[in-house]
Amino acid sequence: MSTSEPLIRVQNMQHSYTMAGESMAILKGLTFNIDYGEFVAIIGPSGSGKSTLMNMLGCLDVANEGDYFLDGQEIRKLSDNKLAQIRNEKIGFIFQNFNLLPKLSAVENVELPLIYRGMSHRERREVARNALVRVGLESRIDHRPSELSGGQQQRVAIARALAGTPPILLADEPTGALDSKTGKEVLEMIKALNEQGHTIILITHDLEIAEQAKRIIRIQDGDLVEDRKVSHS
Amino acid sequence: MMLYQSMKMAFKSILSSKIRAFLTMLGIIIGVSSVIALVSVGQGTTSQITESLSSLGTNQLTVNIMGRGATTSLTYEEALALGEIEGVENVSPVITGNVTAKNGTENVSVSVEGITPAYEEVQDFHVQSGRFLLEIDTDYRQKVALIGTDTAEDLFGTDDPVGQKVQLNGSSFKIVGLLESKGSTSGGSSDEKILIPISTAERFLQSKGVRSITITTTSNDNVEDVKTELESTLDAKFSGAENSYSVFDSQEMLETVNETSDTLSMALGGIAGISLFVGGIGIMNIMIVSVNERTREIGIRKAIGAKKINIMMQFMIESVVLSGTGGLIGVGLGLGASWAVGKYTTMNVATSWNMVLISFTFSLIIGVVFGMIPANKAARMRPIYALRND
Repeated sequence: MSTSEPLIRVQNMQHSYTMAGESMAILKGLTFNIDYGEFVAIIGPSGSGKSTLMNMLGCLDVANEGDYFLDGQEIRKLSDNKLAQIRNEKIGFIFQNFNLLPKLSAVENVELPLIYRGMSHRERREVARNALVRVGLESRIDHRPSELSGGQQQRVAIARALAGTPPILLADEPTGALDSKTGKEVLEMIKALNEQGHTIILITHDLEIAEQAKRIIRIQDGDLVEDRKVSHS
Repeated sequence: MMLYQSMKMAFKSILSSKIRAFLTMLGIIIGVSSVIALVSVGQGTTSQITESLSSLGTNQLTVNIMGRGATTSLTYEEALALGEIEGVENVSPVITGNVTAKNGTENVSVSVEGITPAYEEVQDFHVQSGRFLLEIDTDYRQKVALIGTDTAEDLFGTDDPVGQKVQLNGSSFKIVGLLESKGSTSGGSSDEKILIPISTAERFLQSKGVRSITITTTSNDNVEDVKTELESTLDAKFSGAENSYSVFDSQEMLETVNETSDTLSMALGGIAGISLFVGGIGIMNIMIVSVNERTREIGIRKAIGAKKINIMMQFMIESVVLSGTGGLIGVGLGLGASWAVGKYTTMNVATSWNMVLISFTFSLIIGVVFGMIPANKAARMRPIYALRND
């Protein structure tokens, strides 16, 4: 990857859904770049299009119009299977409701992306264990999600996102389902990960949380209305 | 590696809902076990019949005379004349009747067969002590008799009957031989009878002659020729009247039995196929429900990098594990059932390992075929749709 090419390059991204025969524009031509190591918050009220943008950035969906380059790769032209591979290798998802598989233990959940990468059993157990140690859950390795608190579950999810060492961590309202204290802890953890060099995209509707990032992109009615650096005093 | 992982996941998800898994497998279990049990019993019966038919010898023809008008039988001499037909090895005409046999105060009603010495070889029925009937006995209408083991016991208890006298309807016969024990067959006990020379019987029983003749041919290949010749001789004798006689050909019978058992096997296979098919639909049904229930799981897996083939494999393997486990349980139950039938009833059971293999393989195939639609449905799910679903 060349130094001139940013990690994420979005150019004139447009997307619309057809609902009841009517075309609804969700994204109306967004253009922005995100560099390696950035900590960006994408903020906007519900219905602003930020969730759709997250799906696009996370390669869960492909926009109707415009270009999206991720780590130097053009996403628009890729097949479903190729997209799955990109998600597996380039993106670590952290969801609002954790999205852990309830029947698997913490370590098995963390192993999941590595399974789809074809890593051997022994190697991925090792990697998953290390990821859980990084989020401070080494004592909960064999617990099921139902045996963990909300904050612990989100930490398992973060470990899962970290396990594959993807260039981007994509966090969608990561504190939304947590009380303010554990929410804060999780946010601190995300900040710390950014300090360690991970690129983080945080999607939220909460300005207070967004202020923790180093840069804020504000979306409203499918348009990019604000893109500013945050100065931390 | 991937496969092992998928198998483990499939077992896990099946074990997490045991009752549902069991009910899902029930169709396959019933299908496979009934096929194995039914086919085992069917083949056992067939092989039993085949065995008893071939023990008769496949070069044997049995003639039964019904007669026409006043002529309802052949005379002893006429029967022996059938031996002139080319290819005939032995002719064993039999005259049958019932008498009261008496020894002292012991009294028993018993069937008597008037026979020729050829009977011994044709029926494969020998004496265990004493001697068989000889030409000379028939030639001179000797009043000698062979006695079956059960009748001997009734009349003489534990005494050796050979050399003793027995009263048949008041006439005294000398017992010259004790027959070997044959046990009972469908035609009644072979051990409850008395054999006397046919010439003696003709007079003594005042019977209307020979009604049953067993003929052996010189080889298995000329049975048909002899039969044709025999039929034309008998037609001439009875002026071609219908139903005046019948010729029973054990080889022909054997073919009929085999044909029947083949048809039976086909029918069983058909029933098995239908029940397995129904079982397969049950599996498909539950797999579709399972895919719908696990939409979110599919979404998560896809989001973190599962490809279509990964999701497809996961559900296919689950379906095959379900049907395969059902198949295995079915095999176990089927083998158990046929073993129990063999042990606790008089039916003969022959376990067909071929059938076990076929029905198990078929249950696996059912899993693949009926898992296809649900697995494909899961694999095609779009991740954003699947994640949104709660």
